[in-house]
Amino acid sequence: MPDSLLDVQGLETTFKTPDGVVHAVNGVSFNLKEGETLGVVGESGCGKSVTMHSTLRLIPSPPGRIAAGQAFFNGRDLLTMSNDEIRGVRGAQISMIFQDPMTSLNPVLSIGRQLEEPLLLHLGMTRKQAEDRSTELLEMVGIPNARERLKDYPHQYSGGMRQRVMIAMALSCSPQILIADEPTTALDVTIQAQIVELVKRLRDELGMAIIWITHDLGIVAGLARRVMVMYGGYIIEESPVNDLYANPSHPYTIGLLGSLPRVDGLHQDKLFSIEGLPPVLYHKPNACPFAPRCRWAMERCWKENPALEPVPSSPEHRVACWVDTKTGRPRS
Amino acid sequence: MTANNEVLLHVDNLVMHFPIYRGVFQRQVGAVRAVDGVSFDVKRGETLGLVGESGCGKSTTGRAILQLYKPTAGKVEYEGTNLVTLKREPMRQMRRKMQMIFQDPYASLNPRMTVGQLVGEPLMVHSVTTGEEIDKRVEQLLELVKLNPAFATRYPHEFSGGQRQRIGVARALALNPNFIICDEPISALDVSIQAQVVNLLEELQQQFGLTYLFIAHDLSMVRHISDRVAVMYLGVIMELAEREELYNNPLHPYTQALLSAVPIPDPVADAQRKRVILEGDVPSPANPPSGCRFRTRCPIAVPLCAESQPEFRELRPGHFVACHLAK
Ligand SMILES: Nc1ncnc2c1ncn2[C@@H]1O[C@H](COP(=O)(O)OP(=O)(O)OP(=O)(O)O)[C@@H](O)[C@H]1O
Ligand SMILES: Nc1ncnc2c1ncn2[C@@H]1O[C@H](COP(=O)(O)OP(=O)(O)OP(=O)(O)O)[C@@H](O)[C@H]1O
Ligand code: SF4
Ligand code: SF4
Ligand SMILES: [Mg+2]
Ligand SMILES: [Mg+2]
Repeated sequence: MPDSLLDVQGLETTFKTPDGVVHAVNGVSFNLKEGETLGVVGESGCGKSVTMHSTLRLIPSPPGRIAAGQAFFNGRDLLTMSNDEIRGVRGAQISMIFQDPMTSLNPVLSIGRQLEEPLLLHLGMTRKQAEDRSTELLEMVGIPNARERLKDYPHQYSGGMRQRVMIAMALSCSPQILIADEPTTALDVTIQAQIVELVKRLRDELGMAIIWITHDLGIVAGLARRVMVMYGGYIIEESPVNDLYANPSHPYTIGLLGSLPRVDGLHQDKLFSIEGLPPVLYHKPNACPFAPRCRWAMERCWKENPALEPVPSSPEHRVACWVDTKTGRPRS
Repeated sequence: MTANNEVLLHVDNLVMHFPIYRGVFQRQVGAVRAVDGVSFDVKRGETLGLVGESGCGKSTTGRAILQLYKPTAGKVEYEGTNLVTLKREPMRQMRRKMQMIFQDPYASLNPRMTVGQLVGEPLMVHSVTTGEEIDKRVEQLLELVKLNPAFATRYPHEFSGGQRQRIGVARALALNPNFIICDEPISALDVSIQAQVVNLLEELQQQFGLTYLFIAHDLSMVRHISDRVAVMYLGVIMELAEREELYNNPLHPYTQALLSAVPIPDPVADAQRKRVILEGDVPSPANPPSGCRFRTRCPIAVPLCAESQPEFRELRPGHFVACHLAK
């Protein structure tokens, strides 16, 4: 795929734990085009963070191990390049906003120090230049009295402001790709709406590609162009955003959408609920990982794990399921 | 959801301030005005939703109603009895009728007790039954919340978040209460598990005619589960109305902004919506703005809003709004 900026193929990551080897990511392939926003959704533990951490080689090893796969960025494999090279990519060309802003900001360093560091490191700026640029960055993400506030420490910022700082920090070296891992989950809706607007504005101004990880199917609906749904370390459905919501095809995606009440009042008397729990995989399954919770499951589902295949109506919409959920019959 | 008009709980001008102490002599230098004059009724059999952003005083309201905190001022009448002035023993008796389900299914259960002990504990404390009967009742309760009664001998850490929340529900149901305060019972759970717990709460409500105060910040879920909804901001109720009325016809600028900020899991519908993006953050409840507490973020504030606090007025039958400009 020549026009993709990031092309991940067959990624597998495992963790050694006292209970056995956890297969966290099980052959994940996806690509990201220039300027595109890709949403990654799925419930806790389905492998969203591990997929992105693996791509950037941020998996602690041991216990983690990237067992297979390639991740081409501008044509070069991130998984085999030298440590120096990957450090040059991280934070500069691909930057990441981590799940918890309080743990990713250093509490004993001022906001200014933390913003300036990558500028000194990656861009070789002088202190003065770095300070000016940091002020600009804080202004860009809407922090009032930016130059003054550089001196403050993280605890003097509210949750929403800290998240803005994280965004400013991630954008400081003008990356080509921004990976945002649940950047608004801990925030109130009015603050979440502020951040989403901010990211949309910056995306349009700066033209970067975004991978937005979340469990909130509402947020991706308004933000992403394409969405992939993960379950048990697999991508089980992938589609342009409109088609995913209009024609969800995997039983899990259908269940998730059905379990969400809507604020605009499409009122359901009873929420659809998916019984059972998401799996923790101690071995790579030779069955569909969703089978224990699936209403459609048939014999084949317990014997073979389906691969992602295009649905008949749309070549860009792919689903990993043996059953055509529209008709309830096996896919041919 | 078959509410009648009988008022089960009447909250009148409830105030809950937490003193702030400073210095070596721990002098009181101020107060966190967590709940600052809140009034509403809960009718028998209904679900009243209480929504608002983090720190606006929802949990404190719930705790002050149950007298887990001693309110600074105001009245809480349950079936006509004012709980605030009630003595210890009658309050203890009263407490059997009122229970709470907590937000965090991980922190709210004692890890050293088995599920059976946890669910049976309220029965022991109120010594309503003997050992054998307790075991039977525990079994019954676990079945009610769709947990395998054989789980009674296991410990909380062996369960998932959704299962732990069911244990919390079973515990709350042990004494056959009429009224349950659900304090964000599902926020810590995964999406697919949230629906399981909400459906369970709805079934139990129908089966036992329970009355719920459902605290949450997820406005979509509150719309689903509530008969009426109250919107709180910085310790004050800004708007209260029947569910459909509140969501279709919000009259308070804060409610309007809040509703417009909730994402809709439908790209087409989402793109067509008009968004009101509020500027800035919620001010500190230790030092709330004068007049209307929402004025520092209100897109339509006028000078009057800084001078006087708007009254909580009934603008239409059953629809209350605290805003000078709402009509
Ligand atoms: N350091 C680790 N050691 C052992 N197991 C791990 C480790 N990190 C992740 N895992 C496991 O890998 C799986 C995938 O985890 P991951 O963090 O990617 O989930 P996620 O989709 O990001 O979930 P969340 O929404 O909760 O952030 C989980 O089963 C998790 O327990
Ligand atoms: N025991 C306490 N002592 C001092 N301050 C408190 C105490 N409990 C709550 N507060 C403060 O009172 C305010 C209201 O808190 P409360 O927990 O009622 O909010 P909430 O609406 O339940 O928020 P959340 O959605 O985050 O649970 C907050 O500013 C909080 O810090
Ligand atoms: S492959 Fe079978 S078990 Fe898996 S989601 Fe499809 S129908 Fe369900
Ligand atoms: S009283 Fe004034 S500040 Fe408050 S909500 Fe109404 S218009 Fe806005
Ligand atoms: Mg994660
Ligand atoms: Mg609370």
